[in-house]
Amino acid sequence: MIGHIYDIAVIGAGPGGLSAAAHAAELDVSHILLESSPRIANTIQKYQKGKHVMAEPGILPLRSPMDFDAGKREAILEGWEQGISRHNVNVRYSAEVSKIDGEKGAFTIGLVNGESVTAKHLVLGIGLQGNPRQLGIAGDQAGFVQYQLDDPDEYKDEVIVVVGAGDAAIENALALAPSNKVYIVNRKDEFARAKEGNLNLIMAAIESGEVECFFGTTPARIDPPTDDQHQGVFVLNTSTGEATVPVHRIIGRLGAIAPRGLVESFGIEFPNDDPSAIPALSSQYESNVPGVYVIGALGGYPLIKQAMNQGYEVVEYVLGNKVKPADHNLIAAKFLPLPFELEVDEVLEMMQQRIPVFEHVNALQFRELMLDSDVHVLKKGQVIFSKHDYDNSFFTIFEGNVEIEVSENIRIPSGVGNFFGEMSLISGRRRSATVIAGDECVVIETPRRTMNKLISSVDAVKRVLDQTFIVRTIQQKFAPETPIEDLMSIAEKTQINRYAPGQVIFSQGDVGDSLHFIRNGSVTVSGDLDGKEVVMSYVPANQTVGEMALLGNTTRGATVKATVKTETLSLDVESFQMLLTRAPGLKERMQQVAESRSLQNIESQSSAEEEGDLLSFLMGQGLGEATDVLLIDEGLCVACDFCEQACAATHDGTSRLNRKAGPTFAHIHVPTSCRHCEDPSCMKDCPPDAIQRGGAGGEVFIGDNCIGCGNCEQNCPYDVIQMSYKTEAPSSYWKWMLFGFGDKPGKASSAGVVAENAIKKAVKCDMCMDQPGGPACVRACPTGAAARMSPEDFVDLVSVEH
Amino acid sequence: MHTSFLSHAKGRYFWLAVLLILGSIVIYAMDNPTEAPNGGTWLGYALGTIAALLIVWLAYLGRRKRNFAHGWGTVKGWVSAHVYLGSSLLVVVTLHTGFQFGWNVHTFTFGLMCLVIFSGFFGVFAYRTYPSARNDLKKSQTLDDVFLKVEKIDTELARLTADSSSDMKMVVTSAIERTVVGGGYRDQLFGRDLSSVVLGGNVVSNKGQQQALGFLVEKLSRTEGKENQSVGEIVRVFNTRKRLLDIIREDIRMQSTAQVWLLFHIPVTFALIAALIAHIFSVFIYR
Repeated sequence: MIGHIYDIAVIGAGPGGLSAAAHAAELDVSHILLESSPRIANTIQKYQKGKHVMAEPGILPLRSPMDFDAGKREAILEGWEQGISRHNVNVRYSAEVSKIDGEKGAFTIGLVNGESVTAKHLVLGIGLQGNPRQLGIAGDQAGFVQYQLDDPDEYKDEVIVVVGAGDAAIENALALAPSNKVYIVNRKDEFARAKEGNLNLIMAAIESGEVECFFGTTPARIDPPTDDQHQGVFVLNTSTGEATVPVHRIIGRLGAIAPRGLVESFGIEFPNDDPSAIPALSSQYESNVPGVYVIGALGGYPLIKQAMNQGYEVVEYVLGNKVKPADHNLIAAKFLPLPFELEVDEVLEMMQQRIPVFEHVNALQFRELMLDSDVHVLKKGQVIFSKHDYDNSFFTIFEGNVEIEVSENIRIPSGVGNFFGEMSLISGRRRSATVIAGDECVVIETPRRTMNKLISSVDAVKRVLDQTFIVRTIQQKFAPETPIEDLMSIAEKTQINRYAPGQVIFSQGDVGDSLHFIRNGSVTVSGDLDGKEVVMSYVPANQTVGEMALLGNTTRGATVKATVKTETLSLDVESFQMLLTRAPGLKERMQQVAESRSLQNIESQSSAEEEGDLLSFLMGQGLGEATDVLLIDEGLCVACDFCEQACAATHDGTSRLNRKAGPTFAHIHVPTSCRHCEDPSCMKDCPPDAIQRGGAGGEVFIGDNCIGCGNCEQNCPYDVIQMSYKTEAPSSYWKWMLFGFGDKPGKASSAGVVAENAIKKAVKCDMCMDQPGGPACVRACPTGAAARMSPEDFVDLVSVEH
Repeated sequence: MHTSFLSHAKGRYFWLAVLLILGSIVIYAMDNPTEAPNGGTWLGYALGTIAALLIVWLAYLGRRKRNFAHGWGTVKGWVSAHVYLGSSLLVVVTLHTGFQFGWNVHTFTFGLMCLVIFSGFFGVFAYRTYPSARNDLKKSQTLDDVFLKVEKIDTELARLTADSSSDMKMVVTSAIERTVVGGGYRDQLFGRDLSSVVLGGNVVSNKGQQQALGFLVEKLSRTEGKENQSVGEIVRVFNTRKRLLDIIREDIRMQSTAQVWLLFHIPVTFALIAALIAHIFSVFIYR
């Protein structure tokens, strides 16, 4: 209807958008729902067939006219389709938005096809996946052109052209090749972007003729079919001229266009360039552009149920109604133990007023933070966490005070508004001090993931945390008896340096003008040995390097390199001299450290070369960020696979380690198995926060609330996470041994019965945290080939005694 | 850090075994029975009981090593004790016999025990030498890496011979297609190479890729100029492939040798336990 002004235009028919449009329809508010793809819920459509979709968080009630409960992808999508017709939702498919003009009360939404829509308010629910890049040629809207592949087995005896040279394109082509005639179109002359494994497979398939490849070729156009056998004719520009392929199907796998650029073009601001930053929103989901609201994953709420609730609420807010958010009762419950009676919003406000680090956080973000956080009312003397604990949540003091026990005799008091626990939060390492509750103490505990999300979206929080981190580090490491105030001037001059993996922090022979404290990541120290660079030692986070230069040696005696992404704090000569005058006894202590390190270096010189090569190899495997890794001594391994069998037998039938896979150097083999990284990549994007670090050994493990989304599997650079069904029924040993009944113990159950509603969940090594005797892989090794160790032990690997 | 089963816990079980052996010898030497030393004296019974219990416990390793969830101690510790205490039986049981051997179930049982122990010695040898040897052979590669390399070379050879004469192409292609690795257990154990090649229209054995290589080398000596260069390249690549195949075959041979003894050790252990029961019964019934 041209000329009609809608009250609300919702962009994106995902869970949030659908819920918003349906609620508008329900209330008889004039609305339009614009969806760029031809179907609803583009992201969920892309889930594999039959995937079980979870409804986390379970405690959060659903508030939407659309139905939603955990179940199969198909059932959920069908329920939503029904909801659309039941509520008469005004939805327009294949309506991709290209620009937005105007202001609150009169927005004009320009569509890619040239049409436009006008509305008073906009609700953006476009998610984070982005839209698949289209072929962009004449005829690419035809029904047989698709941008995803759900189930390769659906297609048989077809002629299919896959366009693209990335992993998705290669995987699709290979999956389709056995039962179809498959072509792959590559713009370049090689598959430069593909993973090594995929590269080998596709080159082999091309070599054997299983897949035919057009190198150096771009799509030109799609013509109508010339016979009734095919759907169309795909015309290609090859390096030698035009080629035509009569096809049944064309699959474009050209990547996706991230939505941030589009969103910014609407005038919506992001706080910084961090890719994980989310736009600043009011407590009513309104962005900095009045009248434009943002909900769902784009607004920082990745779970389906949250997005649907927001869809409902945003319509109420647009209409000027003050509904309490769906999470109201959840937050109220958190505040129950508090010694005073105030409304939820009043408490939230009070918290923000009292705690400076949260001052600059907007109300919506703070509410979200509190939803993830816990409020603890503590008795005097209660230990909040102990030195060397592995947890890494962040604490703020809401009432009363705490005492931070830095060393045996030194306790530093800290009062209302202060925070603690930021050291472990930032470094990913164990707690560096014990914290004990003082009088009438109430603290807020915020999980690492939530805090990191906040740090990446609010610059002020990052700044405050960094400053505090620096001054507390200086105090703890160099001057425990000097009051914080005296260290402020030094802290101000201290710099935070960031290094990429492999980047040199300083080189042998350089002029030594600063010392570095490694706050996260790790480094190697290497020296020049007859013209060859040899790694001498590994230094983890929480230690200093380069201190010798400040104690008299003016040139660097060794080269220091980051093994992984590393951050250091550097102190220059002047600051260090100042520190020496303010911290009694520091000079002597530093000299001792330097002396023992020199001794260590001399000692390791004898076997330096062999050791250094092995260390370089291990660092090359990313083990610089490991905290506990399984290494196999090939001189002892008899390939019995008991390690894998033991793992499977103690972990629901799936081994979390692959002994054979992975590289070998000298006699050390690095199997594919979790190394429990210091700053685990797998934890970066877990919607239900199911992947955690903790326990006595600092293991990274996956909880039962995993929703099977596969993010961690993709984010792990070392391929140690798999998606797997639970298999049960460990068979009886004696029956197997004596009569041959059942499965060999430790072998994945051959029954393979998977319950109807079972879903594949992420599984990985949990360091056998539930096994009384420790890691089963090591305990089951008959020869002593399997051992777990931390990078600090690597130097001893060469001088192994058998 | 890695320590092998032989040096587990600073050789705790080695010393325990030494103690058991020395203790048995000392008591045997001091003992002065009324009849000639045999299994029926008080010392004979004592040593026999210790040995019988040890045998049952040693055999229980087969259960323990698969008891992944609840097993006590580490399997490495068990293996260490198994090796040293098992070896000590040679002395303990010989003393138990009082050196009285004959054609009967008792000596038969003793014989079976010796077979089990000696096959175990081979096992220790295999476990301590083959892994290192296999690793040295492959030089920082896994077996899969070597296979991948061969596959890559196969593709490269196909490219190199694309413009070669038809007999060259036939030899190289058929040598690749008819390369056999592994095979049955016996083939693996003896490193038997059943590869063949089509030469002059006949399928002939191509053990160690020698026939094909011989043909290529001969070809090399009879070509000139550019062709000579390309044949030279093919010979070089083909020879690399041959060396990789040798590594694979040797690796598989060592792996199967390192495991084959178990196929003897375990069944004979069962026979030993059966004979042991017969031995004990007969002693009590006929005595």
